Amino acid sequence: MYRYDEFDARLVRERVAQFRDQVARRLDGSLSEDEFKPLRLKNGVYLQLHAYMLRIAVPYGTLSSRQLRQLALIGEKYDRGYGHFTTRTNMQFNWPRLRDVPEILDLLADVEMHCIQTSGNCIRNVTADHFAGIAADEIEDPRPTAELIRQWSSLHPEFDYLPRKFKIAVTGAEHDRAVVRAHDIGLRILRNAKGEIGYEVMVGGGLGRTPMIAKTIRSFLPKADLLAYLEAVLRVYNLEGRRDNKYKARVKIMVHEIGAEEFARRVEAEFARLDGPAIAADPEEVARIAAYFASPAYETLPARASGFEAAKAENRAFATWASVNLFTHKVPGYAAAVISLKGIGDAPGDITSAQMRVVADLAETYSLDELRITHAQNIVLPYVKKDDLFVVSQTLVEVGLATANAGLITDIIACPGLDYCSLATARSIPIAQALAHRFADEKRQLEIGELNIKISGCINACGHHHVGHIGILGLEKSGQESYQITLGGDATETAAIGEILGPGVPADDVPDAIERIVSVYLAQRTSGETFIEAVRRLGLAPFKAAFLEKTHAPA
Amino acid sequence: MPLLDRNGSKLDDWTISEDGTADAPRILVAFEHLKDALAGNGRGRRIGVAIANTVKADALAPFLNDIDLVSIAFPAYGDGRGFSIAKQLRHAGFKGTLRAAGPLIADQFAYALACGFDEIDLPQAQAARQPVEQWVHAAASISNTYQRGFGAENILDARHAARLARK
Ligand code: SF4
Repeated sequence: MYRYDEFDARLVRERVAQFRDQVARRLDGSLSEDEFKPLRLKNGVYLQLHAYMLRIAVPYGTLSSRQLRQLALIGEKYDRGYGHFTTRTNMQFNWPRLRDVPEILDLLADVEMHCIQTSGNCIRNVTADHFAGIAADEIEDPRPTAELIRQWSSLHPEFDYLPRKFKIAVTGAEHDRAVVRAHDIGLRILRNAKGEIGYEVMVGGGLGRTPMIAKTIRSFLPKADLLAYLEAVLRVYNLEGRRDNKYKARVKIMVHEIGAEEFARRVEAEFARLDGPAIAADPEEVARIAAYFASPAYETLPARASGFEAAKAENRAFATWASVNLFTHKVPGYAAAVISLKGIGDAPGDITSAQMRVVADLAETYSLDELRITHAQNIVLPYVKKDDLFVVSQTLVEVGLATANAGLITDIIACPGLDYCSLATARSIPIAQALAHRFADEKRQLEIGELNIKISGCINACGHHHVGHIGILGLEKSGQESYQITLGGDATETAAIGEILGPGVPADDVPDAIERIVSVYLAQRTSGETFIEAVRRLGLAPFKAAFLEKTHAPA
Repeated sequence: MPLLDRNGSKLDDWTISEDGTADAPRILVAFEHLKDALAGNGRGRRIGVAIANTVKADALAPFLNDIDLVSIAFPAYGDGRGFSIAKQLRHAGFKGTLRAAGPLIADQFAYALACGFDEIDLPQAQAARQPVEQWVHAAASISNTYQRGFGAENILDARHAARLARK
């Protein structure tokens, strides 16, 4: 993984000193509360319902054991002994005190981490495929691109006061695991007819109150042009994006209003006159970054690991975990293991400091010292030898992290909702917990198969409900929580926004409503057909009928 | 209004004359009067223009060789359009003075300099709360940045130089 050189290290240290100074100037009145706000946001400090929240960047979801141990320490010392992984692969602490923040930032700098631009109207933490470097369907590892963008976008003098936040995601594989079409800019690495590697550039995706799927504005961008092209997109947006209404300020609204073609035309015009070489990193710099992501020294192992097979035959629970939570590695004899942070009854994405330390130790011993955080709020050990998996899983069992549900119905994405978030209109964590209890039975989960439920506590859609196979949006209706259910969302390369099934239901009725939807699927699926495939084939009607039947609501 | 540049406070020797009729050695005219002011400028006055951040850099392009200063309005510190306009004007070859006018905060000074601005024209209230020392200090708080620009040393070139030195 990437390591800081002297320049990266100094910039992060100076940024901490700068924030200390900003806090001091806020306290002595030099800065008004309004003026201080964007400064604290761009250092990850967000005012929540009960307290300040600190959001720490985990660039493209990659962490070392040492870094995770430091997060464990921060959770213990400055929070309540746990942290929370978000859908943008960041870590959030919900209870730090403002005056401790500079100290926490110093601790982060000690392990080459920061909170830069994790909030505010600027370019946010870049995300990428969590199986980068290990997926067989990969054209090129997206992490060098993501790291290049991280550096270019950090403290960018022109783009730190944008109309609104700006999120970039990169995938290097055919199968999109980074939800790139739900981002302000999505980049897909591909090969053209001549065999050269470049990017498909998609712009204007985003969820929130106006969900949009990003549109392709350049089908092939040569690699060397990346930063200049991004600069052109951002400049067009910075100059012409709407600033009159916060809810219409994302680039997706601009793309929608003027059309993707016109947007592309303006970007190309700006791009044509930019001084590309002055913006681009030189090839040696690109190579320097890429070298950090070179393939590790794998051992030559047989594809069939006898120890692994024997353990599966002997231990049913392990066999189930292995069949659900492993991802096929491109190198024979290895696997990527998903550690589910969705234990039945847990808050999705939460992890205690003690658990963090255990996971860090496992990564150090069995996964080349590296971990990945996924946008589904789980952790991945990317380089585990199959014969080590049993030991790994047994250690996970001991700390309650061996839930075999990756990709299944209880692997629910949920935002913090009304339990923490000041913008929330309803709770989301308790809904996730109730659903997890309802579908806890392992056999039944396996029978249902792949099904993503995503829950947001308000229209801002941090829980990505629009792209959940089943989406749940918590709203408030005359003082009561009311949950709107959508069906048919898709977060992959076939991205789609889910459609509303009917009127909202009260919290207590959500599990029954989901149950009815699932029964329609189980009754009507053809052999081997997944939930989302069935929804696409059957259309909304049968699900809608089952849903409305019991809500007693007029259709 | 108080004026400052990277060295500290600065005397403003420009005279605001929206319609360009004032008889002064340096006049700052409104964008809509720029053409007339330049046309009638037989007296060797220096001319600058004050623009809103909705004026396109292209609209200024024909005049860039004839004007000495462009003052770009920042209606609020959160409105970053002026940063892009400054970059575009510099890229179009403008060699004169670039002024950012409005309620910026000291922490934006480094960004303004990096985008090609030379000076900041601050409203009185802002200047009173944020003395010039804070601006000079803030401008120097980050010594290297990842982008090539007009401000701090950039990391791309520093790394390149280090590579050459190692060869
Ligand atoms: S979706 Fe709404 S409630 Fe949930 S975290 Fe985002 S803003 Fe808060």
